[in-house]
Amino acid sequence: MTTNAAPAQTSAPRTSLLRSDAAQRFMAFGALILMFIIFSLLSPYFLTGSNISGILIATAVNGILAIGVTFVIITSGIDLSVGTVMTLTTVMMGKVVTDWGMPIPIGLLAGIVTGLAAGFVNGFLITKAKLPPFIATLGMLNVARGLSLVISNVKPIYFDENPAFNQIAMGVFIDLSRFIPGLVINNAVLILFGAAILASLILSKTVLGRYTFALGSNEEAARLSGVNVHRWKIAVYMLTGFFSALAGIVMASRINSAQPSLGQGYELDAIAAAVIGGTSLSGGEGSILGTVIGAFLISTLSNGLKILSVPPEWQIVVTGLIVWLAVWLDIIRRRK
Amino acid sequence: MSDSPGSPDLLVRMEGIDKTFPGVHALDQARFELRPGEIHALVGENGAGKSTLMKILGGVYSKDAGRIVIKGQEVTIPNPRAAQGLGISMIHQELNLMPHLTIAQNIFIGREPRAGLPFWLNERGVNEAANKLFDLMHLKLDPRMKVSDLTVAKQQMVEIAKALSFNSSVLIMDEPTAALTDTEIAELFRIVRSLRESGVGVVHISHRLEELKQISDRITVMRDGRTIDTVNTADVTLDKIISMMVGRTIYESKPELPEKPSQDVVLEARNLNRGAVLKDVSFQLKRGEILGFAGLVGAGRTEVARAIFGADPLDSGEIYINGKKASIKSPSDAVRSGIAYLSEDRKRYGLALKMDVETNVALAAFRKFLGVLGWVNTAGTKAMATKYVEALAIKTPSISQKVQNLSGGNQQKVIIGKWLTADTDILIFDEPTRGIDVGAKSEIYRLLNDLAQQGKSIIMISSELPEVLRMSHRVIVMCEGRITGELSAAEADQERIMTYATMRSQSVIANGSENPPTPAATGV
Ligand SMILES: Nc1ncnc2c1ncn2[C@@H]1O[C@H](COP(=O)(O)OP(=O)(O)OP(=O)(O)O)[C@@H](O)[C@H]1O
Ligand SMILES: [Mg+2]
Repeated sequence: MTTNAAPAQTSAPRTSLLRSDAAQRFMAFGALILMFIIFSLLSPYFLTGSNISGILIATAVNGILAIGVTFVIITSGIDLSVGTVMTLTTVMMGKVVTDWGMPIPIGLLAGIVTGLAAGFVNGFLITKAKLPPFIATLGMLNVARGLSLVISNVKPIYFDENPAFNQIAMGVFIDLSRFIPGLVINNAVLILFGAAILASLILSKTVLGRYTFALGSNEEAARLSGVNVHRWKIAVYMLTGFFSALAGIVMASRINSAQPSLGQGYELDAIAAAVIGGTSLSGGEGSILGTVIGAFLISTLSNGLKILSVPPEWQIVVTGLIVWLAVWLDIIRRRK
Repeated sequence: MSDSPGSPDLLVRMEGIDKTFPGVHALDQARFELRPGEIHALVGENGAGKSTLMKILGGVYSKDAGRIVIKGQEVTIPNPRAAQGLGISMIHQELNLMPHLTIAQNIFIGREPRAGLPFWLNERGVNEAANKLFDLMHLKLDPRMKVSDLTVAKQQMVEIAKALSFNSSVLIMDEPTAALTDTEIAELFRIVRSLRESGVGVVHISHRLEELKQISDRITVMRDGRTIDTVNTADVTLDKIISMMVGRTIYESKPELPEKPSQDVVLEARNLNRGAVLKDVSFQLKRGEILGFAGLVGAGRTEVARAIFGADPLDSGEIYINGKKASIKSPSDAVRSGIAYLSEDRKRYGLALKMDVETNVALAAFRKFLGVLGWVNTAGTKAMATKYVEALAIKTPSISQKVQNLSGGNQQKVIIGKWLTADTDILIFDEPTRGIDVGAKSEIYRLLNDLAQQGKSIIMISSELPEVLRMSHRVIVMCEGRITGELSAAEADQERIMTYATMRSQSVIANGSENPPTPAATGV
């Protein structure tokens, strides 16, 4: 880093560490730790190897979706279609692999192409047809859901003939059960962390990441600086589509099938994870690390509540409360 | 016209340029030419079409008709990128920065240096390039600071640095000096003159006409979307320019200062302190007084205003209104206590840009127009808006025009109208005439005088010394967060004010970076 002249006379030092978006990540991480402590005090089952493995694997799908949606939220957009697009990609994989009997890699490719295409359509509608992101992706939510049902004939598609398919997510990458009984790291978790690292690099080190922030901060300024804002925005939505497809791969492999009626509601958990992690819905701010912490927070919470036999309906209520709390804390912090 | 279209000694030639917005014929057969190595001033009243003409050259708007010839080639300029490709760079009238990004990231947005791979950013390279640029400009800024942490003046310097970084052959500056103080303007002019030496053509739009005499070689005057004439600066007087701008000879009567204010103190600040920006600030404002605040940018004048208005929390200090201690925690407390504040950064704090003129004018006084069940008396708001559109000569097709479609100066007039309707006893004006044309300026001076005469008390912050001197009963001068002097109208002159404005305190503030890079993305 270059250390050059310190600013001699500038405005009030309005930025403190407290106001930086690192603070929100820090708080979310603190909350996660706190939650671990409380749940392990309340239940002996919480801190067992198999339960931890369960939390890790339960975070994978939502975490990857949330990573994708973080990009569009930073541009001050939104993507409500990530859940049903994920389902559509699973159906496409089922179609190609099971119904047409093609090799698995071709199936995965079909899923990824489907995700990219959905993202492209979203981006195109937003930039060229000037639809608000909320509307464009709400439409896509329904289109993808409907297409999933149509293509699958409203029936699940199973991957039973291809045992390797299940291994994509459920294969054991690291077996720690020798040290802690029941603790294994599945490939799904590996894919989540791989996706997180990839996304972090894209966001902080590449031109695409830079423009993601620029679009959310002041799109007009970016346009006047000669940035082709339409093209980059489409690219961002395609990236989100790509992560939906990746989540689709993990999902299909984990449940060893494509369930065409699944997927709706996932978008809300994904958005919640991003917001809890400090991504600002008004754009320009956010981080992948925060989103991943947010995703773990949500799945840890529902896991812990489940262990304590809180009915699932109430788990949903608590998730809602957490979103309120996180965003409210964020606002307080900014006002400081 | 004497030059043939292909004349190679012209950098830019625009002719027959026409542009119509819904309800507004913004440009009508406008023409403009720019030679290499000249500083060419472009002047005209608010709404004359200056920005529109230059935005067409900068690829922001497309023209309806006309031709543009650059270095002998007829061109079309469909977008800003194309303009950059033709060697044209532009500093816009409104700040166009991305507040969440750093200074260096803003400057190089759209053409970031890469590190090896085609999409991979070279962050160190960006910062180094920015530092090089700042060295040339004699500017002390840390390129890693976030733009949202800069003052308006510093943001403007960043815009200038950005425009310079293109090494263009045509540099368009749309009111670059409006937010700057004299020292920064001097620095800018030094840079611009050296660009002229190296053959760059510079377009300079400004309402500070005295400036033009200093800096420009030629002046083009626009009025109502038409180009009136282009003249050599040396051959004309300012009065001549003004009469070309307004189409008649106005003669600026120097308004008499309103009578001596009464001795009643309406507002008193005692020992205001806030971090390093306000130190023991105490002063009194009397009924019917216009109190000028002078000082360099960053002296803390805006911070005083924001503190009194409840926009920033104080560390310590007390504010008394009509002798009673007031507790002002937020701007709405301030408005309830009868204080209005016209901020210097209109885009951020002053206007609802997407709403119409009528709503904006009525916004601060909606309570006056509320009937039963919160029904708005639209006849009342309409009458009010119409009154101020006329009084301030706001150029707009109707009061239902969206404010974002008005020219920069006319937006400023809308804000003034808004605070005038609020009818509060204490008015704080932060740079009220920034970007406003000569005619409207004297109109605003007259309105301020009227208000003072009616017994309202006014704090006027201004970086234009002649304006402070002309308008104020009393002048308070600040430097580095402290009040360094107070002068009566009789005592005040430019020299005295500048002495106080540069009276730095002995204790030099620690030279550390006030904004350490956040430990972003470090694994928490
Ligand atoms: N996007 C727009 N939509 C509608 N009208 C516009 C738009 N931009 C400019 N105008 C109108 O065109 C006219 C010329 O505006 P322009 O901004 O060029 O004026 P200007 O000479 O730069 O004035 P100022 O000194 O106030 O900046 C004005 O009447 C303005 O209201
Ligand atoms: Mg203008």
